[in-house]
Amino acid sequence: MNRLHIDWTACDGRGLCTELLPELLVEDDWGYPAARTGGDLTVPVALAGEAREAVSRCPALALRLVRAEG
Amino acid sequence: MTTSSVVASESRLSSGSGHGPLPALTGAEIIAMARDAGITGRGGAGFPVWRKLAAVAAAGRPAVVIANAAEGEPASGKDKALLTAAPDLIVDGLELVARAVGARTTYLYAPAGAHSSLRSLPVELRTAPDAFVSGEESAAVAAVTGRDAVPADKRIRITESGAGGAPTLVQNVETLAHLALIARYGPGWFRAAGTADEPGTFLATISGAVRRPGAVVEAGYGVRLGDLIAAAGGPTGRLRAVLVGGYHGGWVPADPDLPVSRAAMARYGASPGAGVVVALPAGSCGLVESARIASYLAGAVAGQCGPCVNGLPRMAQTLSDLALRRVRPGLPAEVDRLARLVTGRGACRHPDGTARLVLSAMRAFDTDVAAHLSGHCLAEEGR
Ligand code: SF4
Ligand code: SF4
Repeated sequence: MNRLHIDWTACDGRGLCTELLPELLVEDDWGYPAARTGGDLTVPVALAGEAREAVSRCPALALRLVRAEG
Repeated sequence: MTTSSVVASESRLSSGSGHGPLPALTGAEIIAMARDAGITGRGGAGFPVWRKLAAVAAAGRPAVVIANAAEGEPASGKDKALLTAAPDLIVDGLELVARAVGARTTYLYAPAGAHSSLRSLPVELRTAPDAFVSGEESAAVAAVTGRDAVPADKRIRITESGAGGAPTLVQNVETLAHLALIARYGPGWFRAAGTADEPGTFLATISGAVRRPGAVVEAGYGVRLGDLIAAAGGPTGRLRAVLVGGYHGGWVPADPDLPVSRAAMARYGASPGAGVVVALPAGSCGLVESARIASYLAGAVAGQCGPCVNGLPRMAQTLSDLALRRVRPGLPAEVDRLARLVTGRGACRHPDGTARLVLSAMRAFDTDVAAHLSGHCLAEEGR
């Protein structure tokens, strides 16, 4: 399973990713992506395609898919 | 650790020179020695030293080692004391870890104020800015390579790719000094102090309502909280609570019998961390003091990560409202929500540590929270 990694030093919080991945992400008080469940950002297999699209379309290149540990 | 400011319950690091030459150990022997001693990093995170050494060594490329004496935490003075008291042990430890990980380049990363006394040491000095987050590992890496001392994203570990792309080990100077002694006296000697799970001694900086605030004391893990405070001259009066682990730590009861160890502090959401102990007098409001610390930490954000830059000031402000009795419905729940919202959402652990302190205050001072919500302050009313 993959996890969505956000480089917080790069993310500008315009929220494109939360539009592409509403099942996984919500905007926080300031527009930055947060896990909808409040937990981690493990990407369910069913959302793998949307997650890849979010990664490729993030204007700040702040998103990566990384192998979930453990 | 000048003799005037230190009462050493266990004086290992402060026992002066005369330890004799470093034994000729191989890299593998040094890693095994660190593992057998069970030594953990003394910079705060408490990670097993041998694992970090092994990870950097396993990269199989020429490594870089940074001895970290940045100590941005305002209530901590032990690394500065150690730089004065035992610079030779730090240099020895640096040589050992460099050998263990195959490093040709080593740095001593220390505040500018400490440099004049360190110039004669056979090590390259780098300046640690006086900022809370400057001691964070990736900030140290950035600083020695000439960039701003701010934390970097953690997708790639510095043990794989740190300073100039080299596998990099950042190790606190106290840890290095312990290693220099373990190399001479052995893991068994190291384990004679502390507990079976948390072996060895640590340096504590004790401040707040004690007779000798700022005292640096060496003791074994598991030492009674009362004995640590006594080593700083004892309390100036009745205590309300004690902050353990520094500004990213947690509040524990002022119980003299409480052992200072990870195991005993865990139930309060605290840990010995880098050995910072702050005693809060009975006449002070724990919420006011925690709000002051949270505001300080909110002002120390490195200005990079949205949730931290926005969330920490908001969280500190909300706690301040509660502390100053600017009460509105749902205030404690809002503090709680913000603490959870910022946790895990930054390039470094600064938001996590700040949230930990705030949540710990809400638990430790729950009677004060209730009083403030009804417009009273127990501290003002003399409890
Ligand atoms: S799309 Fe990229 S920059 Fe925009 S909010 Fe998401 S992670 Fe941040
Ligand atoms: S989490 Fe906060 S303190 Fe850490 S790098 Fe990001 S902005 Fe700076």
